[in-house]
Amino acid sequence: MLQGWVIVCASFAYIGFLFAIAFYADKRADQGRSLIATPYIYALSLGVYATAWTFYGSVGRAASDGIGFLPIYLGPTLMMILWWFVVRKIIRISKINRITSLADFVASRYGKSAMLGGLVTIIAVVGILPYISLQLKAISTSFNILLQYPEIVMPTKAGVTRVFNDTAFYIAIFLASFTIAFGTRQLDVAERHEGMVAAIAFESLVKLIAFMAVGIYVTFVMFNGPGEIFDRALAEPALAKLMAPFEGAAGSYTSWIWLTMLSMLAILFLPRQFQVAVVENVDEKHLNKAVWLFPVYMLAINLFVLPIAIGGLLHFQGAHVDADTFVLTLPMAERQELLALLVFIGGLSAATGMVIVETIALSTMVSNDLVMPLLLRVTKLRLMEHHNLTMFLLDIRRAAIMLILMLGYFYYLLAGDAYALVSIGLISFAAVAQFAPAVIGGIYWKNGTRLGALAGLSAGFMVWLYTLMVPAFAKSGWIAEEIIESGPFGIELLKPLELFGLAGLDQMTHAMLWSMLFNVGAYVGVSMLSRQSAAERIQATLFVDVFSQTGERTGFWRGTASVSSLQSLVGRFLGPSRAADLFDTYAKSRGVASAEELESDARLVRFAEIHLAGAIGAASARVMVASVVDEEPLGVDEVMTIIDEASQAIAHSNELKLKQAELEVATRELRTANERLRELDHMKDDFISTVTHELRTPLTSIRAFSEILHDNPELDSAERTRFLSILVKESERLTRLINQVLDLAKLESGAAEWKIAALDLRDIVYDATNATGQLFKSSRIELQTEVPDRLPTVVADRDRLMQVLLNLLSNAIKFCEPGKGQVWVSLRQEGDEVRVDVRDNGIGIAQASQQFIFEKFRQVGNTLTDKPKGTGLGLAICREIVGHFGGRLWVESEPGQGATFSFSLPAGAAPAE
Amino acid sequence: MAKAIAKRSGRGQRLICVFLLGVVLFNFPILALFNVTETIFGIPVLFAYLFFAWALLILLIYVAIERSQ
Repeated sequence: MLQGWVIVCASFAYIGFLFAIAFYADKRADQGRSLIATPYIYALSLGVYATAWTFYGSVGRAASDGIGFLPIYLGPTLMMILWWFVVRKIIRISKINRITSLADFVASRYGKSAMLGGLVTIIAVVGILPYISLQLKAISTSFNILLQYPEIVMPTKAGVTRVFNDTAFYIAIFLASFTIAFGTRQLDVAERHEGMVAAIAFESLVKLIAFMAVGIYVTFVMFNGPGEIFDRALAEPALAKLMAPFEGAAGSYTSWIWLTMLSMLAILFLPRQFQVAVVENVDEKHLNKAVWLFPVYMLAINLFVLPIAIGGLLHFQGAHVDADTFVLTLPMAERQELLALLVFIGGLSAATGMVIVETIALSTMVSNDLVMPLLLRVTKLRLMEHHNLTMFLLDIRRAAIMLILMLGYFYYLLAGDAYALVSIGLISFAAVAQFAPAVIGGIYWKNGTRLGALAGLSAGFMVWLYTLMVPAFAKSGWIAEEIIESGPFGIELLKPLELFGLAGLDQMTHAMLWSMLFNVGAYVGVSMLSRQSAAERIQATLFVDVFSQTGERTGFWRGTASVSSLQSLVGRFLGPSRAADLFDTYAKSRGVASAEELESDARLVRFAEIHLAGAIGAASARVMVASVVDEEPLGVDEVMTIIDEASQAIAHSNELKLKQAELEVATRELRTANERLRELDHMKDDFISTVTHELRTPLTSIRAFSEILHDNPELDSAERTRFLSILVKESERLTRLINQVLDLAKLESGAAEWKIAALDLRDIVYDATNATGQLFKSSRIELQTEVPDRLPTVVADRDRLMQVLLNLLSNAIKFCEPGKGQVWVSLRQEGDEVRVDVRDNGIGIAQASQQFIFEKFRQVGNTLTDKPKGTGLGLAICREIVGHFGGRLWVESEPGQGATFSFSLPAGAAPAE
Repeated sequence: MAKAIAKRSGRGQRLICVFLLGVVLFNFPILALFNVTETIFGIPVLFAYLFFAWALLILLIYVAIERSQ
């Protein structure tokens, strides 16, 4: 029954069914009813960890090491516990930054470094090649064995000369076409493949069921339960050793411990695990179930490994049957055709699942982090001018997938026979483990630098090449085997399997020890010695502090770009209509009607960059955006400030602080305003009481003298005349006071009328001195005037200026001692001002008093004892008038030395002759 | 908010404890105790122990994660 065409048809039917699932899941995703948005599918898709290695290889390992196959699954179980810390953080970072591969993650963390992204890609591709060759080997071996049914014949591998007759070659071609059809149908902005995830989850179920079926068949049908298998094994010394494989000494556990650690790192850093766990993750919450569901899956698929291995050893005693094939050959030996076919399909699903996800993840890396950055730098290609690069990108990925599988095939040709399945896979584990320092350090240690990461990765990778790849090639005969036995050029210290003379460890432990030592050492050491650039510093903070950020980051960016140029840029990679959709949706989320109305701010640029990053990687997206954005580079100082505020918790508290400071300022302003108001209120009260007081004084005397006149008709006429003249004088004073109060009120309220004209101040001085001439004579005070020949005119009201001068002159008379007094009036030009001085040699004004004599009702001297000589409003009015014309009025004086009242007015017109 | 944080850190602590327990269970010298060529219920002791410890660990992860939900 099991002819070649049956096997091939069954395989194609199975693959066809996978396509149907993927197609259905993609359709559901387009409808917004995602099939994979459940933690169960997420946990099953993580089962892509179990490959042909698990399906066929574990039994092979168990047949030689007993329980030694188990660390590969115990490590991930331990790591799953830490997932809640590590992977949750990686997922959060990746979602915020639209990271779509491990290479992108590392490049992005260390300042969007294209070089690092390229290095990670190269390490990943080279490192994974053995792993892919393992799958090819497993499928072709199982196919060839099944083809011989019912005979059990171990196939011999084809030589390089017979490539075109080699099953593995066609399987590689087939897997590549299959993966291309599967994973590169369209370019997704987030690099998510819902259909693929659904198919992978299904494959996880198939391989689990197939393996359990064989396990149950072997354990309970071929043998009479595990008890019989193990009892028979214990009876044979060679097999009994497998039950307790550790030698007595603690040292024999080293390999076990290293394998556990190695697989802990592998579950994090295998490109396909990163793809399903991080990139394809729908909801962070799915982790909660996955962290215990996935270990349950691993436990289940490992339950029957040892019974099958021992069962196979017991059954095929002495026969030439490779333990790696027991899973298939045991049912074949029992003539269980259907079960054998199911096993083959199970193995196929384990291998295809791995190859699909791994090569898709790797092709994303190759196109985004290796090819695109290079092509974009080659200006000759004028890549920037293409309008739609979507197809171009997809073609790069298709080529990458084909190339990776071909390289995998050639590795299989070169080194595939040297080791058993598990040993081949472990070489790949050791390669991806090299990412650990840069990634783990990158998300927990802000000071890890780009140079440090480059140094660490390079050092680790070199040691890996030397201690694992070189021996593998040497064993296959592609390199002279002397290098293993006596070291390169006969240098014993550099023997690849006993580097620096470290002997006694198994190959994997030895390689891991040295590569990790060099990797971590170089990463930490160089990080300490090198400095981070501004961009690195920003990314480091964003990665390490990802959980303290909330909401959308606006981005640290200054510069300008037009919305249309950004949209057309995104359109080139994602297709114009997709870009238009994205920008319109974004516009709506920002509350504007269409993309044209968007403001081109930092947030928009970041939006564009993030979506580009999804398609072409962070480093390339950075370059692309920079090409259309007119960017102002950030200064180091600014960046340092930004860093200080980077975590939003700090920013938030800063905002609060700022608000508090603003409040304090406002409060202070309010308080001063309030004080000013209270002062004004106080002044108003003062003014009213002063005015009332001032009014009352003349009124009181008027009333008193009127009463005397009224009550004493017998007063002689001389007395009567004297009293009447007092009455007249007091009424005049009262009138003057009221006039002045009204005048001042008018001036202050701005209601006064002004007759503006260009005036010659010499005339006014002349008039004023004439008007007061009589007063000076009667007071026996000498008046001298000093007037220049030429003087600019001033623009003012003649009567008002006259009022000012008269006031100053009469004040001068008031404070001079009659007979001795002297008053000087001088007029001169000072710059573009005309200045008038009225100087007297009177009693002078104390410094303290000079400040308030211009205020209302403030007079020098004790108003209670001295009879006031004026209303106390004159100078206030004068200052108001001078101020109105843009001038100043001030006093200079010393007690006993006289006083000089001066005012100046801006010169207004051509000098008057 | 404070309650949520307390809840979360509680979960974190429980997970760390489970992790450390796992490290101890799957390591020398505990492993050495079971490295004997004997069977229990017909199953080799080391094999039985590892799978039992593994299942126990998964149960503890389940408790640590789900109990706080």
